[in-house]
Amino acid sequence: MSEATLYGLCGAVLVGLGLFGLIVHPQPLRKILAFNLIGGGVFLLFGVVARRGAAAGFGGDPVPHALIITGIVVAFAATALAIALLLRLFQETGRATLGSDG
Amino acid sequence: MAFDSGLAVLVLGVAVWTIAARDTFAAVVGFVAYGLLLALAWVRLAAPDVALTEAAIGSGVTGGLLIGASTRLRRTETAAAGEEPGPTLRLAAAVLCVLVSAGLAAIVLMLPEPAPTLAPQAAANIAATGLGNPVTAVLMAYRAIDTLLETVVLLLALVGVWSLAPDRVWGGFPGPRHHADPDGVLTFIAQLLVPLGILVGIHIFWVGSVAPGGEFQGATILAAMWILAMMAGLVDAPPVSRRWLRLLLIAGPAVFFAIGLAGFAMAGAFLAYPVEYAKLLIVTIEIPVTLSIAATLALLVAGPPERAPHR
Repeated sequence: MSEATLYGLCGAVLVGLGLFGLIVHPQPLRKILAFNLIGGGVFLLFGVVARRGAAAGFGGDPVPHALIITGIVVAFAATALAIALLLRLFQETGRATLGSDG
Repeated sequence: MAFDSGLAVLVLGVAVWTIAARDTFAAVVGFVAYGLLLALAWVRLAAPDVALTEAAIGSGVTGGLLIGASTRLRRTETAAAGEEPGPTLRLAAAVLCVLVSAGLAAIVLMLPEPAPTLAPQAAANIAATGLGNPVTAVLMAYRAIDTLLETVVLLLALVGVWSLAPDRVWGGFPGPRHHADPDGVLTFIAQLLVPLGILVGIHIFWVGSVAPGGEFQGATILAAMWILAMMAGLVDAPPVSRRWLRLLLIAGPAVFFAIGLAGFAMAGAFLAYPVEYAKLLIVTIEIPVTLSIAATLALLVAGPPERAPHR
């Protein structure tokens, strides 16, 4: 098994783990955290595709690398917006939950 | 191979910790470690540019944001404990997630041979861009429109964050005012590290044209230095209504867009560069883009305005 395949399998498990956390954790902050965990796994899977495309003297295909960098930055922007929404919810209601008002 | 296996096990270990930890703060600390270990994995996958980005943004700045949020939301921890799903739902979720992982693993094992790649095309045209780093060539030349839109996405996220401010503090100072002990460790570290960090940030940005690095990685380090100075109370975040701040934020996308439009006249297409000026134009775009991204990232971490502006 090549190192690329190894990290690919690692990425596959990370996506599953993150998805589990996203579903079972009731706190929104834990969901945001789990979603970022999924993101890491997806980027790793894409990185494996890049690594397998090593050619022309490059260690990997630079096009996926650039897309992953873009992805990491956009994921951060989305996380910052999600956290700002969550903190505003807490400020307004004193609670940080997605449950319906019982 | 032994190193890679060990690293993969460690990554999975901290990922399990991040999901399983009972305390949110502990989970966030696990996430920061997860980001740093992933950065190592990126080095092993021959992607040093991605490794720098993951360490700086994926682990560093995101970690700082999550740590801040988890301390503010600490009081809500116990209330959420009663909302945990029952065993049936947990089991169903586990089955679903195992299926998703198994499907992805099967795809990894069945990837086509030989692997499709754009590396030869990237190598063939890199001389025309005047750059030495193929990833920077993709970001600034081949797929420059993605990068232009990305800078706009960052601005939109900041507009979204700012718009969450209550009316009475609109245009005011983001986040709480931080006061650190002037003789304390944080102040000392901030005074020592900020000037060095700014130099490192500029270096990482500048070498990006020929070596791993570039505007996003450099900008993140610059943003981190600004955040550190704000946390230590050395400087206060500027009120979001300041004209210079707004200009700083839009300078990058504006210059990028203007040079993109000039591409019609100079080389016949949007964001096309004439070969003899390619590197000059790319650097002209990169400097304001780096400053704008640094300011945007720092203000995204600082959050929406919370204190009214001085009248």
